[in-house]
Amino acid sequence: MAKEQRIRLNVNGRPYSFRTDPEMPLLYALRNDVGLNNPHFGCGLAQCGACTVHVDGVATRSCVMPVGEVRGKKVVTLAGLGTPEKPHPLQKAFVEEQAPQCGYCLNGWIMTAAELLAKNPKPSDGEIREGLAGIKCRCGTHMGIIRAVKRAARAMAS
Amino acid sequence: MTTMMSPRDFALSRRALLRGAGALVVTIAAPPIGGTGKARAAMSFGAAVKPRLMPDELDSFIAITADGHVTAFFGKMDMGQGVDVAISQIVADELDVDYGRVTTIMGDTYHSVNQGGASGSTAVQRGGKAMRAIAAEARRVLVEEAGKRLGAEPAKLEVNDGVVSVKGNAAKKISYAEILQGRYFNHKLKWNKRYGNSLYAEGAAKPKKPSEYRVVGKSFPRTDVPGKVFGTMDFITDVKVPGMMHGRVIHPEKAGARPVGYDAGSIKHIKGARIVHEKEFLGVVAETEWDAVRAARALKVRWSDGGKPFTEMKDLYAHIRKARVIAEKMDTEKGDIEAALKGAAKVVRAEYEWPFQSHASMGPACAIADVRADGGTVWTGSQKPHFTAEGVQRIAGLPKDSVRGIWVPGPGSYGRNDAGDAAMQAAVMSKLVGRPVRVQGMREEGTGWDPKGPASVHFARGGIDAGGNVVAYEFVSKGFDRQDVRSNESKPSDNLAGQQLGAKLNPRKFFRSPEDTYDIPARKLGWQVIPPFLDRYSPLRTSHLRDPLGPQIQFACEQFLDELAEAAGMDPVAFRLKYLKEGRDRELVRAAAEKAGWKPRVGPRKGQGGKTTVSGRGVSYALRNGTRVAVVCEAEVDKRSGRIWARKFTVAHDCGLVINPEGLRLCLEGNVTMALSRTLFEEVQFEPDRVTSVDWASYPILETPDAPEAIDVVLLNRPDKAATGAGEGATRPVSAAVANAVYDATGVRIRRGPLTPERVKAALA
Repeated sequence: MAKEQRIRLNVNGRPYSFRTDPEMPLLYALRNDVGLNNPHFGCGLAQCGACTVHVDGVATRSCVMPVGEVRGKKVVTLAGLGTPEKPHPLQKAFVEEQAPQCGYCLNGWIMTAAELLAKNPKPSDGEIREGLAGIKCRCGTHMGIIRAVKRAARAMAS
Repeated sequence: MTTMMSPRDFALSRRALLRGAGALVVTIAAPPIGGTGKARAAMSFGAAVKPRLMPDELDSFIAITADGHVTAFFGKMDMGQGVDVAISQIVADELDVDYGRVTTIMGDTYHSVNQGGASGSTAVQRGGKAMRAIAAEARRVLVEEAGKRLGAEPAKLEVNDGVVSVKGNAAKKISYAEILQGRYFNHKLKWNKRYGNSLYAEGAAKPKKPSEYRVVGKSFPRTDVPGKVFGTMDFITDVKVPGMMHGRVIHPEKAGARPVGYDAGSIKHIKGARIVHEKEFLGVVAETEWDAVRAARALKVRWSDGGKPFTEMKDLYAHIRKARVIAEKMDTEKGDIEAALKGAAKVVRAEYEWPFQSHASMGPACAIADVRADGGTVWTGSQKPHFTAEGVQRIAGLPKDSVRGIWVPGPGSYGRNDAGDAAMQAAVMSKLVGRPVRVQGMREEGTGWDPKGPASVHFARGGIDAGGNVVAYEFVSKGFDRQDVRSNESKPSDNLAGQQLGAKLNPRKFFRSPEDTYDIPARKLGWQVIPPFLDRYSPLRTSHLRDPLGPQIQFACEQFLDELAEAAGMDPVAFRLKYLKEGRDRELVRAAAEKAGWKPRVGPRKGQGGKTTVSGRGVSYALRNGTRVAVVCEAEVDKRSGRIWARKFTVAHDCGLVINPEGLRLCLEGNVTMALSRTLFEEVQFEPDRVTSVDWASYPILETPDAPEAIDVVLLNRPDKAATGAGEGATRPVSAAVANAVYDATGVRIRRGPLTPERVKAALA
């Protein structure tokens, strides 16, 4: 373990400062030092997506990202992407499509799709499927997720 | 935000769920199981104190607050399929209140009696049946009481959204809320003296006729979706208890190894980290989660040689074939199967194989246990919080009924996954350190160490006479036990920590036969069970995995039906229509075939010889606890890569009365997609001394590129038939529908699952 260091970062628009092991994954910092309840630990291996956040706008697997490397950067989590009052179009679409079952995987889908739609506002069915490959959902809600991403793309285009 | 909660705080936090201030009385006053209802005999209808939480008390199931809100307390839980919505719909109908007035609270042993938790897709089928009868009784006693207050016979009263009025004189009225004034019914039910799935209680009331339903049959959205989508809902992993430590369990690298020593110095550099050790149970605790993770990685342990309890992976099915049979049963034996086969003009034989599969929930299990000297609390994502609480009580050696179980939604479960193990591990650690302990697994524990769906081989024989009629059908499965550990987590033998502390593995010695749905003159349907590889603490111990034994048995028997059909010179749909016994089933298969635009033919599709990508369609049917499902799969096979794309499914589904059509459609999509994942990709890998499927790379599941293009659902709503389950039925026929479609496309029959690209490619070569 590296020596504890002071880490400053911005999460969902608010500044945070705490001392910790800079090699600790960002996920543990978000959950335990910042006190957020999402994202989630799914694998700790960047294989599933349940921990995905945006780091300076880039969808990042926080379970393998050392917190020391996001010092001074802007982190946005699912809860920071939108709120019930001001939802991100993807969040609105996921609710309208009733997409999740257990919902533990949602950080991966929504945060990755948000980056996808930001880069490619009118993705084809194939581009959505390829763009979201690598994210896991064990309940098998892929159909609803794909519908929701398409619905959000339409909403963002109109 | 971080949630800090004591058991009491947790009850308070649930106020948010209970719209209306009066609800506060309900949650706070609820006594624990085993608490004493005070001066009950002296109380009458409308008591101020809640009677003891027992299944023979109406107040154990229904509460109506002073502002007219209805709370249903349900002893099952939901994994994101809208069970609470369905129960609220049923209760709203029977009580004659609007759906929006009802909230269903699940899975807290302080607030609900043990109705079995999630189990066998029985939430509506059995739990809903009880809740319907109980809500009907609540309405009856409320109307009776209203009659006294209004001076009218109950028969002359009607109820609109919780307001009882005199028919033809709407001004003469009183509401449920005015009658109860935030108090309790204090009314006894007739209870069948059973707990779990079979718990049933009722009063004198007769539930409504289906034609009278106004809420059941309509679609309502789930209550949990916004909290999940906006990241505001607490999962089990988010629960934080004051003073809690973080724990991690240390598993041996090799199956069967026991810890014989450890080097305490190896974690000395991690401040506050401690070893927790009792008999063969070994773990670490620390003040922070990261320190617990680091300590678990750093701890040096000496393990005994566990030997080589498993076979080589490639020898799995040879092992099953030759293994000793420890239990067997022929569930269906009709006619003389040997004589019929002997007399047949043509005999068809086939054998099918299915591997161990993992629950592989999205997150490894998490639980928090707070074990005190005289009782405790466990927060769990388990499907069965009542039984989990009992398990914690036993493993921690606490007095009966002294542990509260609080279910908090977890990362999926799909049967008896690793959640129950985490709860007991947390309890053992909490007992040893004297503080609440939160245990969360690493990925390896969710995939490598969860209990597995059993591997099996299925033997089928069929006889066809000279006229093309099937005269004999034999189907016998031989495999590992369906439950080395029971779904009911209440015994130490049924979880890893209990086994490490000395409880012996206690297999159920049970499998399953196909349902006896085809009318073939001589038939024999049965099973044989073989001993477990390892009789304790095994990463290949078995348990219920969503639709226990359904996908493997149906993979075999519904493929064999197609093999028989071809041998008999028949189209697969026409064949099933000829032999299915029940008209309801034939109607279902016809509905699926019509919707899918099924074109009859005998044997595989012709004329695709020169193509790289060939396509085909397959049908399959299943009956599961009263629910009937027929599936048509349209699949493409890339002959070069071996990749199967199950492009489209048509699912005809008959679960009797449909409660929530849109909720049901989404549930079925999930069933089919998860079953497709298991059909195409999932196979637990192992070596003679260890399981090597430990993460998503070594246990791949379906991803978006392989998701179907469409899943068409045809709901056959039968309001005159009792509602049966929907959480697993559509899981069952998928594997064979896909395999039959692959055969149609390629002319090659693949009798070993899963249908991975490598296996398909090899089969086509």
